[in-house]
Amino acid sequence: MADLQHLIAEAQVAFANSTSMNDLEIAKAKYLGKSGSLTDALKGLGKLSNEERPAAGAAINVVKQAVEAALTARREAILNAEQIKQLAQESIDVTLPARAQSQGGLHPVTMTLKRIEELFHSIGFEVATGPEIETDFYNFTALNIPEDHPARAMHDTFYIDEATVLRTHTSPVQIRYMENALKTNKIPPLKIIAPGRVYRVDSDATHSPMFHQVEGLWVDEDISFANLKGVVQDFLQKFFERDDLTVRFRPSFFPFTEPSAEMDMSWNGGWLEIGGCGMVHPEVFKHVNLDSEKYRGFAFGLGVERLTMLRYGVNDLRHFFNNDLRFLNQFK
Amino acid sequence: MQFSENWLRSLVNTDLDSQALSHALTMAGLEVEDMQPVATTFTKVVVAKILSVEKHPDADRLQVCKVDVGQTQALQIVCGAANARAGLIAPCAMVGAYLPSSDGSPGISIKQAKVRGVESFGMMCSSDELGLTAAATGLLELESDAVIGQDIREYLDLNDHVLTLKLTPNRSDCLSLIGIARDVAAITGAATNFEKITSIPSAIQQEKKVLVTVQASCPRYCGRLLTGVNAKSATPAWMVRRLERSGIRSISAIVDITNYILLALGQPMHAFDAAKLNGDVNVRFANDKESLELLNDQSIELKTDDLVIADAQGAIALAGIMGGKLTSVTDDTTDIFLESAFFTPAVIAGKARRLGLSTDSSYRFERGVDFGNTRHAIEYATALIQQICGGVVGTVTEVIGTLPLRKPVKLRLQRLVAVLGISFEHDEVAKLLTQLGFNFVSVDNVFTVIPPSYRFDIEIEEDLIEEIARLHGYDHIPATPPVATLSMLPTSEAKIPQHKLRETLVAAGYQEIVTYSFVDESWERDLLGNANPIKLKNPIASNLSVMRTGLWGGLLDTLTYNLNRKQERAFLFEIGAVYQQLNNTFVENTRISGLAYGSAKPEQWAADSADIDFFDVKTHVEALVGTTIAYEKAEHPALHPGQSARVLLDGKQIGWLGKLHPKWQQHYSLTKSTFLFELDESAILNKSVPVYQDVSKLLPIRRDMAIVLDENIAIDTVLSTIKKANIPLILEVGLFDFYQGKGIAENKKSLALSVLMHDTQKTLVDIDADKAMANLLQLLQNEFDAVLRN
Repeated sequence: MADLQHLIAEAQVAFANSTSMNDLEIAKAKYLGKSGSLTDALKGLGKLSNEERPAAGAAINVVKQAVEAALTARREAILNAEQIKQLAQESIDVTLPARAQSQGGLHPVTMTLKRIEELFHSIGFEVATGPEIETDFYNFTALNIPEDHPARAMHDTFYIDEATVLRTHTSPVQIRYMENALKTNKIPPLKIIAPGRVYRVDSDATHSPMFHQVEGLWVDEDISFANLKGVVQDFLQKFFERDDLTVRFRPSFFPFTEPSAEMDMSWNGGWLEIGGCGMVHPEVFKHVNLDSEKYRGFAFGLGVERLTMLRYGVNDLRHFFNNDLRFLNQFK
Repeated sequence: MQFSENWLRSLVNTDLDSQALSHALTMAGLEVEDMQPVATTFTKVVVAKILSVEKHPDADRLQVCKVDVGQTQALQIVCGAANARAGLIAPCAMVGAYLPSSDGSPGISIKQAKVRGVESFGMMCSSDELGLTAAATGLLELESDAVIGQDIREYLDLNDHVLTLKLTPNRSDCLSLIGIARDVAAITGAATNFEKITSIPSAIQQEKKVLVTVQASCPRYCGRLLTGVNAKSATPAWMVRRLERSGIRSISAIVDITNYILLALGQPMHAFDAAKLNGDVNVRFANDKESLELLNDQSIELKTDDLVIADAQGAIALAGIMGGKLTSVTDDTTDIFLESAFFTPAVIAGKARRLGLSTDSSYRFERGVDFGNTRHAIEYATALIQQICGGVVGTVTEVIGTLPLRKPVKLRLQRLVAVLGISFEHDEVAKLLTQLGFNFVSVDNVFTVIPPSYRFDIEIEEDLIEEIARLHGYDHIPATPPVATLSMLPTSEAKIPQHKLRETLVAAGYQEIVTYSFVDESWERDLLGNANPIKLKNPIASNLSVMRTGLWGGLLDTLTYNLNRKQERAFLFEIGAVYQQLNNTFVENTRISGLAYGSAKPEQWAADSADIDFFDVKTHVEALVGTTIAYEKAEHPALHPGQSARVLLDGKQIGWLGKLHPKWQQHYSLTKSTFLFELDESAILNKSVPVYQDVSKLLPIRRDMAIVLDENIAIDTVLSTIKKANIPLILEVGLFDFYQGKGIAENKKSLALSVLMHDTQKTLVDIDADKAMANLLQLLQNEFDAVLRN
């Protein structure tokens, strides 16, 4: 049986020389196939005596296991090599551009409006809306701007007919909201912002006949001018993400607020005007039947284009309404 | 309101420098819009007199002057000005002087120099060289009384600024120097220095009878005759200067004096030529169709609510707005009738605007003129006229009716503190009210204030709160976060927020735009078939004159704007209102509208460059609305008749979808097809909150079926018919292929349907499935004459 041992080395060489699975199968048949050397040897066991047979069988099995182990190892090696080859073939240029999709985007004014809404929502302000074609009553009279009041000259108004205008500010929404709230038995605290389009007969490099405002209103039993300053300053700091921004109030005049103020914001060492504000005028409360002894309120109006220009560094108001895609595509 | 800083300083003693004064005014609500020095910062320029003039030996245009500058020896100065002549008094820049330019270019340093061989020791100056005017011809000619050698800055009062205030409509009291000075005193606590106005006794007993028919509109009227005045007298230089620095040109002495009173006291005045008046003066409303020729040569027809000053023959002035031409003062006038009156704001308001006029007078009267000053003004004017034009003074005719009431206004300390959110002591408030010059008493921390006659804006407690806040300084009010009860905001899950719609379109590749709500009338008429849009009475331009009823005009306009700028594809959307007049009410609805043009995908290696088509856009519409909507073929003036559809939700029209009509494509010079959609926002903001249903443990099975039917049968009809039939076991039928062409008869089409079947009770067996498929086929045969495709 000594010549069986050499089969191990022989098979190992034969397997090693096989470079494909096919070759390896042929080589395997030579040793482990139906008429392979080891199969023959096993068949020869029958000729041996009962005493000799177990030892001889065990010896053959040892050799067979060794050959099988060599076969398995080689099989894995070949599979591995084939896989490596296939993977190499499947390789791609991973730096090729992605399959392109159209890139949409929001108008920058919308981005600002959304941000304003989110910030005020976070302290409980609801969004209210009102019509853009507004009655003279809501746009002026109810806001304590009677006919022939010189303050009407401050608004260059678009008229549709004698009693109908394109709203010159978002302030009429205050009145409509308070009226409705009281009609539905909703009592203060009332906290709203009213974003929207407004119109003035004015068109040049720094004025657009249509632009956007956000009106804010907070009516409560104990709300003050100092609170107004607090809320506006908080908003501006959060909107611009700068804790060092401060707000300066300058005395001004709006018929629907008193005291009234222009709001300035500290910016690059100077002051920038960003809107008007004040405590709701008792006449306004009277128009909506709210007791001005019991309730107070503040209101403010912010210029949305102005905030957008400051936020993103836009230097020309006209960009907002030209809708040049080279401009709009910058706001992703 | 524009004025000279020095004039203001003559009325109030403040230590603040120009910058600080300007800041203080702004922070007290009198916004300083502009502050300009009246001259550049030149030095060493004096009043000089030309003693003699000789021709320059070597230059035709130059002259050699001997000039007296107030020193012992006259200077020799070469001068090129045409008006240089012996005896002329003009400014002279001495050697060592520096004249900065006012436009930023380098200034001039004056040195001793040889000009074409002749020594020159200075330079004679024009007004533009001193920065007083933008351009000038020749030397600035000074008055003969000028003191030779005096610094010109002193002589012409050039160390001064012109301040321009942007006044709010409530502060009519500051439309005068006296008013601004009063406010400076209130802000700073400084003392005022007002000229004492004394009444001028009449020299003769002559007066004009004045009748005020409408006392309610003219509660106070003062008139006075002055005879023998010299209307040709020159206005003194100091007055001309103050007027000019207020932006008022000097006209003639009498007119200048009335303008001066307007600026000084805020009282508009008028001087009539007394010789041209017929009979008594009457203040009344105009008669119907009465006419009047105004000072500005405008002839107007009056209305019966126009207040006029009239004589026996008719209207001679539009009260408080403008005088009449026929009775105006001229150089030849010797007798004048001077008017100082108080017309109520209500009677003047709006009248000037109606006539397209805005005068300094109407501007003040409609905001409120100090009715306590009417008499003072006429006395002050009389004094100035006497001083400048001479003449004999008559008695003042004064008619007083019921002057506006200055009702006491209460200010509660507690309310002041609550409204402003800062604490105040009683004495602080008392001090500020005193600085304002308000009369008041206080009991138990309640101040009762009588507003002065010049303050038309103090009527309620808030007016006083604002005054206190203003003087305290808005800057000193802290930014205090409010303390409030917290409660959560209601949030409806069944409502889709508008931002979500925006994000859906952005995700589909659309860029948002914002276009004007007013559009070209032709867009409405031709593109949207709307003959009667809402028109603006005063549009800013003829192509922005009507309110839109749809958003496609703006989208197409934006498309062409961008294609002209080399863009090749554009997916655009806008969300905005559209406007309609229904009966007599205006109705607004929000629409969401989109436009797609060019290739469906950006140009790239990884996909072919197919152009966008109807079904791409349908995908975008369904991304917004969901797949429960239906489409109905219909025609629209903007759309291709074969590729346009009404969009229906629950049977109701909610919008349109389609391809731009080829004629519009040509009109807009578009090389490719354009697709448009528009939806009513309100119709698509609702969704249902999900309700759980049992998930079956039994699995569905799928069978496919291919049928052939007439090509005119809409696929939507086929699918909805199947759905409605509700065939047992059939859960869902979908279209997975659609074919026309080879192998299918002409005018026919083939549909491949996937049929999902399901039995909720037991495992579905083939026999039952076959039965269901047969039922389906039967239905399609009956309804559409469909046959199985073999």
